[in-house]
Amino acid sequence: MNPFRATSKHIGEHVAEWTIRIVASFSIIVIFLIFVFVFREATSLFVAPAAKTEAPAPTAEADLRPEVYNPDVMSLEERMAAETSAATDQDVYNPDAELTPAASEADQEVYNPDAVLSETSAAADEGQDVYNPDVELGTPAQAASTQVEAPTAEEAPKSLWDRLTGTVWQPVSEIPKYGMVPLLIGTAKTTIVAILLGAPLGILAALYTAFFAPRRLRNIVKPAIELLAGFPSVVIGFFCLSIIASYLQDILGTTFRLNAIVGGIGLSITVIPLVFSIAEEALSAVPRSLREASLALGSTEWQTAYRVMLPAAAPGVFAAVLLGVGRAFGETMIALMATGNAPLPSWSILEPARTFAATIGSEMGEVVWGSEHYGILFLIGSMLFVFSFGLNAITELYVKQRLIKRFQGK
Amino acid sequence: MAKDLPIKARTQDFSFYYGSKQALYNITIPMYEHRVTAFIGPSGCGKSTFLRSINRMNDLIDGTQHTGLMEIDGTNVYASDVDVTTLRRRVGMVFQKSTPFPKSIYENITYGLSLTGSKPKAELDEIVESSLRRAALWDEVKDRLHHSALGLSGGQQQRLCIARAVSINPDILLMDEPCSALDPISTGKVEELITELKDSYTIVLVTHNMQQAARVSDYTGFFLLGKLIEFDRTRTIFTSPAQKETEDYITGRFG
Amino acid sequence: MITFQGHLAPHKRIIGFFAVLVAAFAAVAIIGLLVSMLGTFTIGGLQHLTWSFLTEAPRNSNMEGGIFPAIIGTALLVLIMTILGVPVGTATAIYLNEYAKQSSVFARSVRFAVNTLAGVPSIVFGLFGVGFFVQFLGKGLDGAVYGDANAKVFGEESLLWCSATLAVLTLPVVIVAVEEALRAVPRELREASLALGATRWQTIRRVVLPNSLTGILTGSILAVGRGAGEVAAILFVGVAYSMGSDLGLTEKFMHLGYHLYVLATQSPDVEKALPLQYATTLVLLALTFLLNFTAIYIRSQLRRKT
Repeated sequence: MNPFRATSKHIGEHVAEWTIRIVASFSIIVIFLIFVFVFREATSLFVAPAAKTEAPAPTAEADLRPEVYNPDVMSLEERMAAETSAATDQDVYNPDAELTPAASEADQEVYNPDAVLSETSAAADEGQDVYNPDVELGTPAQAASTQVEAPTAEEAPKSLWDRLTGTVWQPVSEIPKYGMVPLLIGTAKTTIVAILLGAPLGILAALYTAFFAPRRLRNIVKPAIELLAGFPSVVIGFFCLSIIASYLQDILGTTFRLNAIVGGIGLSITVIPLVFSIAEEALSAVPRSLREASLALGSTEWQTAYRVMLPAAAPGVFAAVLLGVGRAFGETMIALMATGNAPLPSWSILEPARTFAATIGSEMGEVVWGSEHYGILFLIGSMLFVFSFGLNAITELYVKQRLIKRFQGK
Repeated sequence: MAKDLPIKARTQDFSFYYGSKQALYNITIPMYEHRVTAFIGPSGCGKSTFLRSINRMNDLIDGTQHTGLMEIDGTNVYASDVDVTTLRRRVGMVFQKSTPFPKSIYENITYGLSLTGSKPKAELDEIVESSLRRAALWDEVKDRLHHSALGLSGGQQQRLCIARAVSINPDILLMDEPCSALDPISTGKVEELITELKDSYTIVLVTHNMQQAARVSDYTGFFLLGKLIEFDRTRTIFTSPAQKETEDYITGRFG
Repeated sequence: MITFQGHLAPHKRIIGFFAVLVAAFAAVAIIGLLVSMLGTFTIGGLQHLTWSFLTEAPRNSNMEGGIFPAIIGTALLVLIMTILGVPVGTATAIYLNEYAKQSSVFARSVRFAVNTLAGVPSIVFGLFGVGFFVQFLGKGLDGAVYGDANAKVFGEESLLWCSATLAVLTLPVVIVAVEEALRAVPRELREASLALGATRWQTIRRVVLPNSLTGILTGSILAVGRGAGEVAAILFVGVAYSMGSDLGLTEKFMHLGYHLYVLATQSPDVEKALPLQYATTLVLLALTFLLNFTAIYIRSQLRRKT
């Protein structure tokens, strides 16, 4: 006879435990779902045959009124077109000023907001059905086959890869161009500026609060910098757009008020508190005995900080910078508001730029569901996701391993 | 004389491992009913590990294993049909650091009872009083039963934990260095308690204080580096130990 | 005679001086930035921040009037987001801290997933919102409830899907905060409960959770603070610049952050719009900071207790 047999079946216990386990798996499921559903919308690119990829010509878009998310308000393009003439300090992608080299190509490729406008407003007037999934890409392809002839005569249908690696990004034109090179350059430009500004500032400030600041100052400085992290990025973008842009233009006398450097500064404002927090944590986590040993040997505070503590905290500081890169790379609102939003394949930071994230942000509202443009935007999203995933994996695995090894004396 | 006493719990060649590291080596020990059995030894020698194996608190740690037999009332405690929560209701435990729940004194005592369903208030009141009396705490707290238990002094808190352990009427009471965080006066009170409580329960005590073991226990086991060096009546261990290591430890040559 | 001064060569002392100066300068520069931002917004927008601004609807295509609908929209958004996200985050944190064996693959996967989620760019969440919530769940719901997958009731951008998207986005924030609160409960309390014959769930429910309520609260508030300011994730999942009078789960809604974005980038009259932009910013900042400060305050009280 076992006196320790269970007296009750503990059903509630099992239910509770399994409910919690299942809910905990939501995180994993969500990551998985993001993979699936973001990639899924991009797969239409690879599945559709070449003929269909010609389909989204402007005339085709007239049949399917683009899925605007603001049917009762003017679309972004329409607004911007209205502004172009007013010539305010709003940023407008002005083809005449910048696209001179590209303009030598066939002229129907110049991004002409007015041309698009007439199409979309025409469609709006006709009160066409907003979107109709049954009207697959096949229909407009047939309908537009006559108009499509002229472009196909000029260039044989390029492979998807060729088109994605082109140097012109003009999704809204007679022959849409999805060359991602300008986007890549734009993202790289702004991220580099952001990191070059933000990482040193963040790390130095972390050094200061961890080792040089007297206690009372530390208790003011640390929360103040962390307060910066609480600013929504739309507010930072606004600040750059209105204040920093003008300020910088006054000082540097640049042609373009909104450009990569303004955007980079804005991005650095989000990078700084991130790098600061993580670096400060890493620096504080270095065992105090190390610091005391160094000081006991006659080093000064600054020698100890820069030559003993900082190297000891290197994996953590490196992780901080990596995370800062990830943050700058994926940031949308600031890129939308402060970079000038023009996909120029130029490395000059005084010229406007367009990042991957901003591309999705500004064009997603205007795309036709299921169209090639839609698929490409999702493709960009997938790339962003994979990049951040990879960055996180590296930080987790590599950096943590280094940290563990270092403190185990291997 | 020891052969006549009923055995409440015993182990046979009991070894215990944290992962691949062995912590206990073939421990064979009887624990006699209504007696106080004490385990002494330097820190890290495995006595706490052994104690926690009796009510399977070590199961909470990842990767632990054991070999050998651990029996209570003739039943293998690690058998597959043993329900751990039922086991723990029959084997009470008092920890080194007093751990009152951040609730009222009354709620602390009734916690164990409420785990198996609600009981009428009259019954609960009665059990609260008897448990607190048995822990020699009733007079001190009877007027503030519904105040927070955290307002009690260290010694009172530990006695509260004893009352709480006793409230569910276990057969065995395990005590893991119960006085190490207490002042001498509170320690004295708890030691008095232990001597009274053994009439109702079987007590197994771990202590790093040799004198306490000498004062309070009937049987003593000396642990060293995971092995049981010697086990005998307390008087024998402390006056004429058989093993040299025991004698060295008792006389303070190490530890 | 031992002297303790001047053991460093003069040039090293200058380096030392600059080393510290540079670090201090960095800190000062960052704070200067913070102050200038706050200052600009306050000076520019404080006078426009009137009671009528806060309680009226916008007029004249958002060039005049108030931002009341945006405030309401934002409030509803974070409310629903909390209802959806906090239970999931709390349960996940409970699993990680109370049930998970450190060596188990599942536990490590959950942790990795949470860390990954924390690093995903918010715009990708927006795409997820469209691709999964609107296009998949929404259409599915339409099909199930109305028998027509294109009924455009659930299968469209709306407040509901924005809340769901933000709930997913702020999940890591909640999880981290709740875990911290759970860890603050001493291990001994759990052991005492288990030693009395309580099951793990009984211990969690009766000992651990009551002591972690403040942490759960902190986590929720931090998540709300994060969600209230997040625009990129809901940019095309349901926000609108001007609203009809309908306000419902399946409708679009106005939102403070989005409102600021459109005001800042699309106003036809920049002069007129500037004070409005500043005022809107102040409201958004006030909301965000209030939430963050409350959370930090609660958290510091919690830390002081333990």
